[in-house]
Amino acid sequence: MSHNNMNLKLKVWRQKNANTTGAFVKYDVNDISDEMSFLEMLDVLNEKLIVTGEEPIAFDHDCREGICGMCSLYIDGKPHGPWQANTTCQLHMRAFKDGDTITIEPWRSNAFPIVKDLTVDRGAFDRIIQAGGYVSVNTGNAVDGNSLPINKDDADASFAAAMCIGCGACVAACKNSSAMLFLSAKVSHLALLPQGEPERKSRVLNMVAQMDKEGFGSCTNTGACEAACPKEISIANIARLNKEYLRAGLTAE
Amino acid sequence: MLNSKIPAGNLDDKWVDYKGHCKLVNPANKRKMEVIVVGTGLAGASAAASLGELGYKVKAFCFQDSPRRAHSIAAQGGINAAKNYQNDGDSVFRLFYDTIKGGDYRSREANVHRLAEVSSNIIDQCVAQGVPFAREYGGLLSNRSFGGTQVQRTFYAAGQTGQQLLIGAYQALERQVALGNVTMHTRHEMLDVVKIDGKAKGIIARNLITGELEKHFGYAVILCTGGYGNVFYLSTNAMGSNVTAAWKAHKQGAYFANPCFTQIHPTCIPVSGDHQSKLTLMSESLRNDGRIWVPKNLEEKRKANEIPEEDRDYFLERRYPAFGNLVPRDVASRAAKERCDAGHGVGTSKQAVYLDYAAAIQRYGKIEVSKQGLSNVSADEITALGKEVVKEKYGNLFNMYAKITGENPYEVPMRIYPAVHYTMGGLWVDYELQTNVPGLYALGEANFSDHGANRLGASALMQGLADGYFVIPYTLGNNLADEIYNTPIPTTHPAFEAAEKAVAERIQTLKNINGKQSVESFHKRLGKIIWNECGMSRSEAGLKKAIADVQALKKEFWSDVRIPGEINEYNPELDKANRVADFIELGELMCVDALNRNESCGGHFREEYQTPDGEALRDDENFMYVAAWETTGEHQWQLHKEELKYEVIKPSQRNYK
Repeated sequence: MSHNNMNLKLKVWRQKNANTTGAFVKYDVNDISDEMSFLEMLDVLNEKLIVTGEEPIAFDHDCREGICGMCSLYIDGKPHGPWQANTTCQLHMRAFKDGDTITIEPWRSNAFPIVKDLTVDRGAFDRIIQAGGYVSVNTGNAVDGNSLPINKDDADASFAAAMCIGCGACVAACKNSSAMLFLSAKVSHLALLPQGEPERKSRVLNMVAQMDKEGFGSCTNTGACEAACPKEISIANIARLNKEYLRAGLTAE
Repeated sequence: MLNSKIPAGNLDDKWVDYKGHCKLVNPANKRKMEVIVVGTGLAGASAAASLGELGYKVKAFCFQDSPRRAHSIAAQGGINAAKNYQNDGDSVFRLFYDTIKGGDYRSREANVHRLAEVSSNIIDQCVAQGVPFAREYGGLLSNRSFGGTQVQRTFYAAGQTGQQLLIGAYQALERQVALGNVTMHTRHEMLDVVKIDGKAKGIIARNLITGELEKHFGYAVILCTGGYGNVFYLSTNAMGSNVTAAWKAHKQGAYFANPCFTQIHPTCIPVSGDHQSKLTLMSESLRNDGRIWVPKNLEEKRKANEIPEEDRDYFLERRYPAFGNLVPRDVASRAAKERCDAGHGVGTSKQAVYLDYAAAIQRYGKIEVSKQGLSNVSADEITALGKEVVKEKYGNLFNMYAKITGENPYEVPMRIYPAVHYTMGGLWVDYELQTNVPGLYALGEANFSDHGANRLGASALMQGLADGYFVIPYTLGNNLADEIYNTPIPTTHPAFEAAEKAVAERIQTLKNINGKQSVESFHKRLGKIIWNECGMSRSEAGLKKAIADVQALKKEFWSDVRIPGEINEYNPELDKANRVADFIELGELMCVDALNRNESCGGHFREEYQTPDGEALRDDENFMYVAAWETTGEHQWQLHKEELKYEVIKPSQRNYK
């Protein structure tokens, strides 16, 4: 294992709260090991800021293993930084080299208001799920798990869509701040399974209506969302969403 | 005396009888009853959703920005259920037996049996919600094996089972939010339990965005706040996972049971340096196919792939031929530590062992050759086919390993080392999951009840969902049936005012210290003390020293911690300070408990108590009890014992040989 230490310059977005304007602030961080994760590099900077009496940089993070979807950060113009199929918490400093300047911004979207510094409010995603992202089955209603065989390919495709971690990188990557990839992943997850069938039409109509209400923009069809997605959710899901939406619109009573 | 309220009758009939006779609350009354659920992991989300479906007015709280982020999401390997779909001899009794034995005979028979009974319902419920479990080509559910068992009863969704189960529970929860049955409070942290006339009647919560304190009334308070593994600083828990809610309950009189029973998971990515903020688990499912080994020679200089078979020590297969690489977690962890302590460790730190997939890749490759009917296949092609199969089964885990270490696990063996993963101890609860404080409940990892001194793999998801979906909906009603005559208490009640004032004063005190050291630096020091003396092996002298060290650390914390920023704003450092202050107190109690338990069992290994070949040596005569601790003052606890009576299973020395 190599142990290369590096010195870096950071340009970090600082903003006290949702009601104030923010600005970039420059910091030097030195002696950063390439084995550190990106967030550990920020931990090092924050420790220094605290000890010298400054306010640490606020950023969201929790599991630090790429699954909870809490971490965000727009790093050098890319959601979750330079690595493909990766979350910020799994980005390691091997991705950078000595002397680099790194620009760190929050997700920028009207639907995700800034809470402080790099932390944003993604409550809009929860409200989209509330609009129909579920199967209406109360506890105790279920039949035996094997009573309904599901074609393996459908189950696998459903799982591939259900892997979405709700981080919001798709929105951050999109010029229009569209939430289509997020929404399509949930619609696909449930539309591909027989359990999702009874509410298939109302689900897609209601969830799309909620997405529009939250202020997300329209799909650009440029695929920036797919490129930024840490879980490689396929843009084919958006095609399926459009089909589901059209079908529901044409056949709803 | 602790009354565990275990129903009378045969073990098989207890839960059925309980459900048949428990008191009920009628739908009209449920609509008038507010219930508080803290935490939205598998236990909390499933409880909040199920109680909302029943008609209770639920208020749910989580500290994350969305209930979907709770750390249950990170569980990788799977969830057990006694379905016996594989026709390999599984049954409710066998799941019950494996769990009791895996827990080294320190858990309650009645609770564990109930867990095994409802395990099947969990799978059914999750499938109905649209959880995309792994399936076979025939369209039916797939299973795999986990440690400590000889049947295939683990259901899974690649290496993201926790994520898929939590999303199922989260969606059920959000549906209840949409229906108005659940009010969700995100970015809120519970900072005290409010008691009135000895009963839990509400909480004080802090809005983490504004810093405001809020008073919430509830007919019951249900804590689903997870475990306390982060007391070690480095663990596989999420950064925010904390003991604060459970600890506040403890300070309000709830007993804390078996705090020293912590689980060290054998397969984690080793520590790489002092900067490290957390450890990453590699799922136990990897032990299905991976082989664990170290070099035989102490002076081994060759790369892993260059070391021939005869110079490798597959130490788990050697010591435990019957279970091999699938021994329970505590046994596997200690065996790895033993090899590393003896100088056979690998990697730069020498604190790691190999987890090798070369043999599995060959085995799967050959199976594919015959499956696909290929002939004249080269060795390289077999390897490529095998890698494809391994990728399908474990791809996301292998990717994660590659990202963190920069090495390709398809080509070179992974390096792994044990790390703190789960805590079996927690708030003491009775059969109804109620603590000794009436109206206060603890579900999931937050309670102590089902895993004894060691938890088997794929059982945490099972327990969290069992508690939330299938236990609390019954046991809560049994107790609330008597509360329907009591009107809701306004939060202007003096008990609420006093609790809020106490919380505000503590926060002010913390802020006023204005010392020189960061919260994080204290947390790291606490973690080192607990890991060294109350980790994988413990001794009387070490524990005594640790208690003194933690007490000194507490004093230093309360006189020199520095919390930047303001109280009335979003201030993650202040949130952390509140949590670390509680971890310090808990750390002391863990050492007190470990010192009291003069035996080795499960994850609790006291160096003084071991068999000649280094296995844990239990003392059933003197320690067949749950140690439930009551706080009685600064650095003071009183021990209450709940005797464990084994009516069906005869405890014996665990044997995985």
